[in-house]
Amino acid sequence: MARLSLEQKLAILSDAAKYDASCASSGSTKRDSRGGKSLGSNEGSGICHAYAPDGRCISLLKILMTNFCIYDCSYCINRVSSNVQRARFSVDEVVKLTIEFYRRNYIEGLFLSSGVIRSPDATMLDMVRIARKLRHEENFRGYIHLKTIPDAAPELIEEAGHLADRLSINVELPTDRAVKQHAPEKSPEQIRRAMADVRLRKDIARDRSFSGKRPPRFAPAGQSTQMIIGADGSTDTTVLGQSTRLYSSYKLKRVYYSAFSPIPDASAKLPLISPPLQREHRLYQADWLLRFYGFDLAEITGHRADGNLDLDIDPKLSWALAHRGLFPVDVNRASRALLLRVPGFGTKTVGRILGTRRHRALRYEDLARMGAAMKKARPFVTALGWSPRALTDSADLRARFAPPPEQMSLF
Amino acid sequence: MPHVTLPRIATATAWRDAARGFLGAGIPPDQITWGDSRTDPGLFDTPATAPAAGTVTVPRSFVAMADKVVWHNDPTRFARLYAFLWRLRDAPHLMNDRGDPDLARLRRMEKNVRRCQHKMKAFVRFRDIGQPGDTRRSFAAWFEPTHHTIEPTAQFFARRFADMDWRILTPDVSVFFENGHLRFAPDHPRPTLPQDASEQLWVTYFRNIFNPARLKVQAMQSEMPKKYWKNMPEAAAIPDLIANAPARAREMAAKAPTLPPLRAAAAQAQQAALTSAWQGPADALQEALQDCTRCPLHSHATQAVPGEGPQDAAVMIVGEQPGDMEDLQGRPFVGPAGQLFDQIANQAGLDRGRVYITNAVKHFKFTPRGRTRLHQRPDAGEVTQCRWWLAAEIKMVRPDLILAMGATAALALTGSGANLLQRRGTIEAGRDGRPVLLTLHPAYLLRMKDAHKRQEATAWFQADLARAAQVAGVAPLPRAV
Repeated sequence: MARLSLEQKLAILSDAAKYDASCASSGSTKRDSRGGKSLGSNEGSGICHAYAPDGRCISLLKILMTNFCIYDCSYCINRVSSNVQRARFSVDEVVKLTIEFYRRNYIEGLFLSSGVIRSPDATMLDMVRIARKLRHEENFRGYIHLKTIPDAAPELIEEAGHLADRLSINVELPTDRAVKQHAPEKSPEQIRRAMADVRLRKDIARDRSFSGKRPPRFAPAGQSTQMIIGADGSTDTTVLGQSTRLYSSYKLKRVYYSAFSPIPDASAKLPLISPPLQREHRLYQADWLLRFYGFDLAEITGHRADGNLDLDIDPKLSWALAHRGLFPVDVNRASRALLLRVPGFGTKTVGRILGTRRHRALRYEDLARMGAAMKKARPFVTALGWSPRALTDSADLRARFAPPPEQMSLF
Repeated sequence: MPHVTLPRIATATAWRDAARGFLGAGIPPDQITWGDSRTDPGLFDTPATAPAAGTVTVPRSFVAMADKVVWHNDPTRFARLYAFLWRLRDAPHLMNDRGDPDLARLRRMEKNVRRCQHKMKAFVRFRDIGQPGDTRRSFAAWFEPTHHTIEPTAQFFARRFADMDWRILTPDVSVFFENGHLRFAPDHPRPTLPQDASEQLWVTYFRNIFNPARLKVQAMQSEMPKKYWKNMPEAAAIPDLIANAPARAREMAAKAPTLPPLRAAAAQAQQAALTSAWQGPADALQEALQDCTRCPLHSHATQAVPGEGPQDAAVMIVGEQPGDMEDLQGRPFVGPAGQLFDQIANQAGLDRGRVYITNAVKHFKFTPRGRTRLHQRPDAGEVTQCRWWLAAEIKMVRPDLILAMGATAALALTGSGANLLQRRGTIEAGRDGRPVLLTLHPAYLLRMKDAHKRQEATAWFQADLARAAQVAGVAPLPRAV
């Protein structure tokens, strides 16, 4: 086989990496290179340096170290039984690409993942070697996200956590049964143990020693994971149940939902449908309600007969329509918790309402200026100069928000 | 009417000083007009200088907001800020009234500037303009911001790219960073920047990270508006990517699943053989080993011989396989070769009690010859099967260094047993990345006829053991690279 050029390798190994949804570069320690001896900075908030036409942000150089893999996970383009072209980067090639891209302001850093070659330890060691070279030889202070291999040795995970900003391990599918069915070589228990291990190491790294000294930070931007949606029959209740468990057990920063998307040379075991993007979007909305809006899982999906989110309207609106007895709420009196439940009000809007109403009573026009989506909020609130009257209880309220019904195609 | 002209560089401080002066002197907003060097004063305007600044008190949140709003491209920004500042004199709480139309307008302008700054951090694209032999690398970019965001954003680039020289040239104000110092200059002509090879790689990356099965053009454009595209090399690929996406997605769906490549089965078998699935407690390893039937050797040998030594040893020593005596006693390295090992280890200062010693293959392989058993070298299949146990032992002991004695151990640990005489004395990375020091097997020394050569080989062996002893006793060696 002819030797591949760097550009060919980059094409193969970035193509292989695109099914990982995460590209975040936020939430790490603040640092910069003002001394003039190093390169890069991190200022807390992430930066998306470009957007692909799939709407996803490109913040990091997201590549696989190699797409050779000894596992046979049916949903994955890199599984051993797939006929995609294979390639492998050397340590130096990845380091050079990262640094040269970073210097041209294309990226915030590196997101390195890999197929499992030889053994989990050998693969993890190569990834750690790349991170080590970036940090210690190139003095790189940008962002590094390493995908850890669940079975890798603890000391490799330890070193990875000290070099990288974020570690992640994908749970892949919402239920253990689905993982065993589609990823026969992966063990859900092992994946959970690995996440528990990262959490414990993070906890330990937070404790000060006797003398008050802080140990080196371990994965300061936390850990995240990814679940594939629509490859197995799990309902949204199952998916969200799994993510609430993950958030609480392992203190994850994010759970990413990735609509199963057809891959080139797909396995016969999986449906080749167009990816359920709308479902993915609704799951993210529900995820936000769980984390920032004080919703319980049972509240979000409890009123849905089939256990799935409403695809036509967002989960908060869906909840509000099912609980109209609580509305309309008076924006000049309602508690923060209740305001957060109004469709069209975000956490920022609620903060502004609370800040302003200390000085004066709010009018309808004030709400719009504060950033509330009044088209959505209108039936659910009262303010000076506004009362929804019968609108809150009108029978066609849902129809005002849902997309117009479409006639089924006759052919 | 008095007209204040603010400079285009250091506008924020100039506005603050002027506003402080006018406010202190009690001049109401309808008595002054504002502009920068590019706005023409009105017909009846006269140049005004702000009175010397007294002390005025304003909410801190206003100062932070004004520091952003002055960079907006709206010509009314200075006047709007001053008008609101005037209102704040008697009603400082207005800063918290997000429903106030004036504040809402200023906050929106502030948000526009922040967004423009953020997009500048994201979408500036540098090209290498360095010459061979330069001590510092240098880069340049041409960028067209919507607002006057160069000055407030320059510090960000200075913090990030401190070890190189760079310049961001714009139709407005340009910024130069040379040897650690920032400099601003207005109205720099548009340069022609040289081609940059890395740009092609970046476009390749952009094309391939895109998933044609999920086309969301709106989502892309709302975050990366078209006005920025002309200075972004990757944006040229977008129309083509969008146009071909549906066809590529259809093609993926229409393509029938292919049969797995030939190497798939081999790779999977290799994986099954390689990965030690041993999950039990360390004490149970010996017992489980006794029940091993992974290869036919178990049916002729007396027993499997497990490794011996402390489970937290820094050094692990791996031989070939148990011999006659080992097979009978159930302990490694107790026969003639074991005795020779003990003797040389003693001379090398290696304490056998402090290392974990085991074999690459756990059962004795032999051919009966009369009343004796003749040793036979295990074949590659047997070594592969038994690696399952060796891996379990390595996982348990986690040694800093593994000493591979002989070709079989080298095969099991590094994947190759060839050319041992040339490779001995070197440290190689093992299959799992651990450092493996290669050396000879003591039985090889026993079999050597030529006394001179034997002496030489013994010295090598002793030197290798001494090296291992250093790891076992003192500080661990650095990991192999």
